[in-house]
Amino acid sequence: MGEPGTKEVLSLQELEATANLRTGRKHVLSILVENKPGVLTRIAGLFARRGFNIDTLSVGPTDDEQISRITLTVDGALHPIDQVTKQLHKLINVLKIRDLEPGDTVARELALFKVAADGVQRGELMQIAEIFRGKVVDVTKRAIILEITGTTEKIAAFESMVRPFGLIEMMRTGEIAISRGRTET
Amino acid sequence: MRAVDAVMECLKAEGVDVVFGLPGGANLPTYDAFVGGGIRHILVRHEAGGGHAAEGYAKATGKVGVAFATSGPGATNLVTPICDAMMDSVPVVFITGQVRTELLGTDGFQEADTIGITMPVVKHSFMIQNPQDIPRAIHEAFHVARSGRPGPVLVDIPQDLSRAEIAYEPVTDVRLPGYQPRVEGNQKQIRQAAKALAAAQRPVIYAGGGVVNSNASEELVEFVRSDRFPITCTLMGLGAYPAPDRQWLGMLGMHGTRAANYAMDEADLICAVGARFDDRITGKLSEFAPRAKFIHIDVDPAEISKNVPAHIPIVGDAKHVLAKLVIEYRAIGADSSRLEGWWSRIGGWQEKYPLAYEDSPDSEIKPQYMIKALYEATSGEAVVTSDVGQHQMWAAQYYDFPKPRRWINSGGLGTMGFGLPAAMGAAVGCPDQLVCCIAGDGSVQMNIQELATCAQNDIPIKVFIMNNGYLGMVRQWQELFWDGRYSQVEMGQFPDYVKLAEAYGATGMRFEDKNALVADMRRAIATDGPVLVDVRVTREENTYPMIPAGQPAREMVG
Repeated sequence: MGEPGTKEVLSLQELEATANLRTGRKHVLSILVENKPGVLTRIAGLFARRGFNIDTLSVGPTDDEQISRITLTVDGALHPIDQVTKQLHKLINVLKIRDLEPGDTVARELALFKVAADGVQRGELMQIAEIFRGKVVDVTKRAIILEITGTTEKIAAFESMVRPFGLIEMMRTGEIAISRGRTET
Repeated sequence: MRAVDAVMECLKAEGVDVVFGLPGGANLPTYDAFVGGGIRHILVRHEAGGGHAAEGYAKATGKVGVAFATSGPGATNLVTPICDAMMDSVPVVFITGQVRTELLGTDGFQEADTIGITMPVVKHSFMIQNPQDIPRAIHEAFHVARSGRPGPVLVDIPQDLSRAEIAYEPVTDVRLPGYQPRVEGNQKQIRQAAKALAAAQRPVIYAGGGVVNSNASEELVEFVRSDRFPITCTLMGLGAYPAPDRQWLGMLGMHGTRAANYAMDEADLICAVGARFDDRITGKLSEFAPRAKFIHIDVDPAEISKNVPAHIPIVGDAKHVLAKLVIEYRAIGADSSRLEGWWSRIGGWQEKYPLAYEDSPDSEIKPQYMIKALYEATSGEAVVTSDVGQHQMWAAQYYDFPKPRRWINSGGLGTMGFGLPAAMGAAVGCPDQLVCCIAGDGSVQMNIQELATCAQNDIPIKVFIMNNGYLGMVRQWQELFWDGRYSQVEMGQFPDYVKLAEAYGATGMRFEDKNALVADMRRAIATDGPVLVDVRVTREENTYPMIPAGQPAREMVG
């Protein structure tokens, strides 16, 4: 690797080698934090400094008002994830972190789709929504808003179904996840 | 009680005897509390000087250093010391003033987002929103700064909140549920480490600044001498093991000894204690210590396997872990004779490649000799601070530090201008010790204003400028790696340091004769008050040996 301070030029190959450290496996990190100002910035900054892109992020209260839960998904190889979780542990306001195993986890995301729909299309869209166990939450003359809950894959599948109708807008919350079984996440 | 008066009470409860700082608009209330507050305050000339002084104080005494600054530019001037303290794990609490809460976020006069700016470089920070929280925040700040892996903690207090009346009650319990540093190492892991050490044919102990931070020197010495283990220290670890010694290999890394670097290269087991496998140690990472297995002892789990995968990780405080490791190791009763072959190999390197330089034929002062002369003039008993560059490396190579907390420098961040204010802080913290600063002529001017602070407060630091008229380390790299095309490294002889020292109210001296140097240095040391000495040395001397950046250890040159 080229060293700052020497004349060596960084080759494209070397840059790619660094990029190859990412396996592409998705990690769902469930983080319990103290509900204090700046916590989210500290966490986001930690990822940003290491060049990690957070794919989805959701923050919400827990049953204890002094504690919030952050669920975030990132794409990464095991080693860098390991390093990031260790760094996250060092943040004083972080209480607990779990890198959830996909097999032992129930994950859900909420999405709202605004789709162009007049006349005949409306019925067809409602049918599709029903198959995906979605809900119609608003109808106007020329558009329909559908709500759907599910895994990221299910929402992607739904998106591909409704897109041909004329997708005006889509909003997703980012995943929240809970571990299976009796133990706490 | 006003919140600021509570701040003074908290500082006293934490055992703070001195604060380095500079007042301004946003911390006027705080400075009002200093009047009759019972805490010594040293007025610095620049906040960065105050921050580095607090670091020097902390490194020399082992206690938490404290620096104050006002909002905006006062706080941004602290960013370098904060970052420096983070990189070198120095326990310092920084307390900054902030604009009134109603002005927050409005680009008010002297407003800066201090918490935001410093977030990546603090161990933790507290943004005060309720004046009642101030005492607890201060105590938590001290607790976080000094425990686990030490580091900088910042408390930002808006001006109006600092003036508020609060019901002050001493805080005796600090509860941070998300912060419980592990102190005791895992006993099973420690036993495994002992076994691995007993089986190793070519072991090396590699100790870093963590040993100094945890006051584990005695334990380290006992551990190293529990067998004939070869020991090397990082730049930050110097003094943790007393030099010179027959098991001592010298410093390792980019400008370390060949014996230390070659031993790491050929080792079959490396036991790292409070060290972090920095790129200045490993050189080319993929070819670092290719035959070795690693035991890694560190209080910070994030350091373990960060750069080099550890075979036996032990998370814990070096003092505790080493004490247990010695017991486990002794219980095995390993046969020391297995290390004879290893020592004869190491001995061969030590004999063939001692630290050496070519002395001048005339009265010219070689920079390496300057360090040896200082060692002689101080009988090796001074607290030595340094700036960053060639002089720093020569000081590390040629001044044999017999004890920890005697060598104070900026290792991780490499902050030029660190040495003089750090010496000031060390001298305030250790008034009975001789404190010398080995400065570079490039570095020293970056915080030379603190000479006024030293003169005003009679802080008797002795600053020896290794003056070669160059930004020497950059010049060396340009010579070696950039075809000798010198670009912006010539400093000339500006200013006249003797006159400058006198203008500041200190004593100025200039030494140019090798043959009189030791006696001259003794004279400088015997002079009362702060002394600034311009030592003229060989202009184009290179720091050797050297692992060229990004190369493996066996490619050492010089």
